[in-house]
Amino acid sequence: MSAAIPQDGGRAGTLALTAAGVVVFAFAPMILRAAVGGTAPYWIDVLNTVGLYTMLALSLNVILGHAGMFHMGHAAFFAVGAYTTAILNLTFGWSIISTMPAAALAAGLLAAVVAWPIIHLRGDYLLIVTIGIVEIVRIALTNDVFGLTGGPNGLVGIARPKIFGFPVVRPQHFFYFIWTMVALSVLLFHWLENSRFGRALKFIKEDTLAAENIGVNTTGHKLMAFVVGAAWAGVAGTIFASRMRTISPESFNFSESVLLFTIVILGGKGNQKGVILGSFLVMGLPELFRSFQDKRLLVFGAALVVMMIFRPEGLLPSRASRFRLPAPWKERYGGGSPPAGRPGADGGGTGGHDAAGGNLAAGVNDAGGGNLAPGGDDAGGGAA
Amino acid sequence: MLDFDFFLQQLSNGLTRGSIYALIALGYTMVYGVMKLINFAHGELFTLGAYFGYALLVTRGIGASLGPPLAIGVTMIMVVGLTALAGHLLERVAYRPLRHSDRLAAVVSALGASIFLQNAIMLKWGAQYRAYGADLLPNVVFHIGGFNLPLVRVLVFVMAVAVMACLHLFIHRTRLGLAVRAAAIDQGAAKLMGIDVRRVIAVVFIIGPALGGLAGLLVGLYYGQINFNMGQLYGLKAFTAAIIGGIGNITGAMVGGMLLGLLEALGEGYVSSSWKDALTFVVLIMILVVRPTGLLPERVAEKL
Repeated sequence: MSAAIPQDGGRAGTLALTAAGVVVFAFAPMILRAAVGGTAPYWIDVLNTVGLYTMLALSLNVILGHAGMFHMGHAAFFAVGAYTTAILNLTFGWSIISTMPAAALAAGLLAAVVAWPIIHLRGDYLLIVTIGIVEIVRIALTNDVFGLTGGPNGLVGIARPKIFGFPVVRPQHFFYFIWTMVALSVLLFHWLENSRFGRALKFIKEDTLAAENIGVNTTGHKLMAFVVGAAWAGVAGTIFASRMRTISPESFNFSESVLLFTIVILGGKGNQKGVILGSFLVMGLPELFRSFQDKRLLVFGAALVVMMIFRPEGLLPSRASRFRLPAPWKERYGGGSPPAGRPGADGGGTGGHDAAGGNLAAGVNDAGGGNLAPGGDDAGGGAA
Repeated sequence: MLDFDFFLQQLSNGLTRGSIYALIALGYTMVYGVMKLINFAHGELFTLGAYFGYALLVTRGIGASLGPPLAIGVTMIMVVGLTALAGHLLERVAYRPLRHSDRLAAVVSALGASIFLQNAIMLKWGAQYRAYGADLLPNVVFHIGGFNLPLVRVLVFVMAVAVMACLHLFIHRTRLGLAVRAAAIDQGAAKLMGIDVRRVIAVVFIIGPALGGLAGLLVGLYYGQINFNMGQLYGLKAFTAAIIGGIGNITGAMVGGMLLGLLEALGEGYVSSSWKDALTFVVLIMILVVRPTGLLPERVAEKL
């Protein structure tokens, strides 16, 4: 039991630190204005771009990180969302916010249609097919499909969003709009990851055959993950369209998909914190490299190689799965120390898996064996 | 539209284009076969080959000083050597440290290398199109009825096919070729049989880029102009060709490349030229739906 105290303290500390970070970040526009004065709008814009890509990368993370499908065509769904918003707004006069569900629906629908025949493909085959989908979508948009997409020039004059009557126009307005959506994405996908659905995905990723044998509908779950990720990319498309006011097929090419893919793998696939860090690095670094001028992409490419060599699992690898004993089990086997079992399940870090294992073993061995589990907890807490 | 001459025109165009795709696809498929890695930087090695050719033929002017046939022969050898060297360096720097890591890490490293090379080429030779010059090859066109066959089209096709024939002999008739095939089927078993897999990987990373570089030179000669980012589309299509043929399969890459070239030329001629690139991928998806591992897959048992 005593071992649980530093554990909880550490967790609370991390939470407090995160909360403090969020609060400071919430004042970023003001801080930037104080720090850099006239160029603040530019830097706020950079943060907005990072935010938008964070949203996209988080949605890709569901497909690539959680379901383990090699998907390099996320820009296609982003594009469908953006174009849905643009067309509904320009041609039919819908307000931007009301187009958001439609954008999600359109992107999700396209994902369901294209993923249906290819979902069973093996890793690298899926990769090239998803690249193919991006190219098909981009070419279709360029060729003015259905006479709605405006061809190579795209669509111009998309309205700004209005939230409860408040028009979102300036970079700092978009800052709060975009980052609120990022926070929403984090909560949504965190919930999804820990839901029954998320656990099934994790199982499928670890061992598809075993999952299938135990009765998990692998195809259905993979398809669902694909659709959910794509739909959320569609929502990001809505924000992009109203932020840029002009969209053209070139904004959604293969390179955009590559960037998103890179963010997720570089940050640490399956780990939301890693994905957020990845967005800041991949979208922010080239801005900081501006002093290299035309060599910045050269440096960026080399930096990618170096980072992968030193952190092949990504900057923040996803934690090993942990198992929380259900309550009836704890009463029966865990003796009088359910609080000792609990931190074991919550214990983060790389030792988390071992901690959970130790917890279970200790619980099964004897009632007082909870002592053994906190030992494992310490390892977990220390690593975190 | 039932014009037979027009059909022949598109057919010959498709065969030439297909032979170029096949050359590039071989690099993808050989590397993938042995390392299970999609070498995303391969398209840039192809571009590099085109620019090495440009540097030798145009900037250094050996085209004018040696006379066309000799100049092109010398350039070919130099380009093949230089891109092979570049490929070998790439493997050393960007891939060897990641051989035992997660496969996606190697993919991102490859993407990084691709961005690096593309920008390096742009900084060295500029972002604008570069012209190879029209006087390198004699501007001969054979007229067979209403069907026009430029000499350069024949030359590119013949060179590409000759090189592929050599590769075929190398892979199927030499001990090193046998080692490459063995490593592609099962690296572990190949190691147990005493095959130096590291050497095989090195060989694959010399031959693949060499073929890609040669393809770059041929594109320069055939189309007359090159651009720093042309490797992206060519790479994507060649990779598609490798997948269509069954990735890891060397014959499959040649077949896939030819098929893709023909399909594109015929699609361009008979369907629509602005949808030609989309057609490639639609066909890819259709083929994979019917045959999920390509037309000529490696017969390897695999756990789902």
